[in-house]
Amino acid sequence: MDKKVIINEERCKSCELCVDVCPKDVLRISERLNPKGYHPVELFDNEGCISCGFCFLICPDAAIVEVRRPVKVKK
Amino acid sequence: MADKVLMKGAEAIAESAIRAGCMAFFGYPITPQNETPEYFSRRMPQVGRVFLQAESEVAAINMVYGAACTGTRVITTSSSPGISLMQEGFSYIANSNVPCVVVNVMRGGPGLGDIAPAQADYNQATKGGGHGDYHSIVVAPHTVQEAVDLIYLAFDLADKYRMMVVMLMDGLMGQMMEPVEFHDWVEVENRKPPEWATVGQGERKERNIITSLEILPEGLEKMDIALQEKYRKVRESEVRFEEYMMDDAKYAITAFGTVARIAKTVVDMAREKGIKVGLIRPVTVWPFPYEVLEERANQVDFFFDVEMNEGQMLIDVKLGVNGKRPVYYYGRLGGIVPSPEEILKEFEKKMEVSK
Amino acid sequence: MKTLYKMPEAITERPTTYCPGCPHGVAHRIIAELLGEMELTKKAVIVWPVGCSVFGYYFIGTDAVEAAHGRACAMATGIKRAHPESFVITYQGDGDLASIGIAETIHAAARGERITVIYVNNGNYGMTGGQMAPTTLLGQVTTTSPYGRDARANGFPMKVPEMLATMDGPVYIARAALDSPKHIIQAKKFIRKAFNAQARDLGFALVELISSCPTNWKMTPVEALERIKNEVLPIFPIGEMKVNEGVA
Repeated sequence: MDKKVIINEERCKSCELCVDVCPKDVLRISERLNPKGYHPVELFDNEGCISCGFCFLICPDAAIVEVRRPVKVKK
Repeated sequence: MADKVLMKGAEAIAESAIRAGCMAFFGYPITPQNETPEYFSRRMPQVGRVFLQAESEVAAINMVYGAACTGTRVITTSSSPGISLMQEGFSYIANSNVPCVVVNVMRGGPGLGDIAPAQADYNQATKGGGHGDYHSIVVAPHTVQEAVDLIYLAFDLADKYRMMVVMLMDGLMGQMMEPVEFHDWVEVENRKPPEWATVGQGERKERNIITSLEILPEGLEKMDIALQEKYRKVRESEVRFEEYMMDDAKYAITAFGTVARIAKTVVDMAREKGIKVGLIRPVTVWPFPYEVLEERANQVDFFFDVEMNEGQMLIDVKLGVNGKRPVYYYGRLGGIVPSPEEILKEFEKKMEVSK
Repeated sequence: MKTLYKMPEAITERPTTYCPGCPHGVAHRIIAELLGEMELTKKAVIVWPVGCSVFGYYFIGTDAVEAAHGRACAMATGIKRAHPESFVITYQGDGDLASIGIAETIHAAARGERITVIYVNNGNYGMTGGQMAPTTLLGQVTTTSPYGRDARANGFPMKVPEMLATMDGPVYIARAALDSPKHIIQAKKFIRKAFNAQARDLGFALVELISSCPTNWKMTPVEALERIKNEVLPIFPIGEMKVNEGVA
């Protein structure tokens, strides 16, 4: 399934505000380093994400670029 | 050109500015220049333009700065203590390359000083005044008609070089009533903001940013060098001066503004006594007409600089004369206007000394 | 997939110069979103201040000018009066607006100047290293109030919206906070009304945004937002202080 939270890792400053406000604890600080030397945030549980957008709202660095919700296909 | 009308200097410059296409006035009351903003406050609404009395000179100059960023012809008028308060804005305007016109009706200083005519803001006006490596073009009229003419020039030069143009006057010229002839109205109806103006990006490809900030020294040096290059062009093309009775002169008086006007009388009086003296009058005190002084140094015995300050232009005169001839000075301070008789007397003393 | 939230176009590619967790970027995003939604981006001129957001013009992609410290409202007045078709916003911090620029702000408000002021209050001078501001709380330690702000020596925190709300010139005055998603959504609602005030030629509008300064508060970004909730908002309560007819 496509990612519900699109992250621009290069812009992330590892402030952890998104991790803190996430009601489902589906975000975490990764082990990777971005060019600025920060460990960018990652969505590790796409299934558990409810697309609430809190991470997008609190992110000060435009690192959470987009939040999406799967469209229910009517049968 | 219209017929001549009799008008006070303070009001004539306002009327001239309006005809020159000035769309906005921002200013704060201060003596001795209140007739100018009062005139603007009557006239600007009549012609559908902006008059705004600011809460301070600090605010006024920053309103001018804002309006200048839209490429609008904008003016403020003030007097010495108010001009001191505006220096911050002047410095920002200089490094932002935006055009505006500022009239300083100089009064006695320092500090609160008095409200009488003086020329003690010469250094402040011609050497920058605020912080940083910058200049403004500074014009110094000696009659009301010349003030009316120079207001047109001031707006043209401000637009041409995208920089501030200062007109140095004093209360004497503001209060003086003279017949003046106004120039044709500059058409403003179809004016569009220039390409560089910050009025909203609209259809423009790139957005415009006007700032005096460049945090990298290498970048700021580049900006500064560009400014100096602009000033070099201004020095090359915009020096203006008047010579009066200089063709056969053995002596030269140097003076600007009100004192130059008096000095013309001094020259006439001296000529009647058979003394061959002339006047060199800078019209632009920045850029300063150094070359004419150096040339005339080959002709005259000495220069006699007269000012209503402690000899501020004297230094520029000496730079022009470049040691070739003596430069004497006579001045009055505190807002006292020297009479022709006293100037002539002092001049004759120097003639004795130089014999 | 249906997009619920997306970075607005007016936010530029350039990463911000702000410290990690500094809410300036949130304020920028809200402004950029509203400019886009209200189709104002191409009409906007933002007057940037002196302070941490001095480079704001790199981050929001509109025409912009850089004011001297505290002079944003005067400069905005000049732009708006000279070119009323422009949509003029000032973006100012608490040192810039409430200290050195308080006269310009109050008089622009009194004149009912058709400008919109976004006033970001983080209780200290961020860029210069965390000195005491007019908004510093009593007891708060800063680099120039090392024993805590003392009312006798340094006076009391200034509440700008409360002051301006007593005046006739402003048509919309509010305070919001950037400490939680809920408050951030509210902040956007408030700023939309402030933009309406100008777009509809009604008058002066100001929205204060309570922000944090993790670096100078010597806290993690998360702790700093906690402090807003626990210590700042009781002194600077959020809400709308003045709402004239027509701005909603």
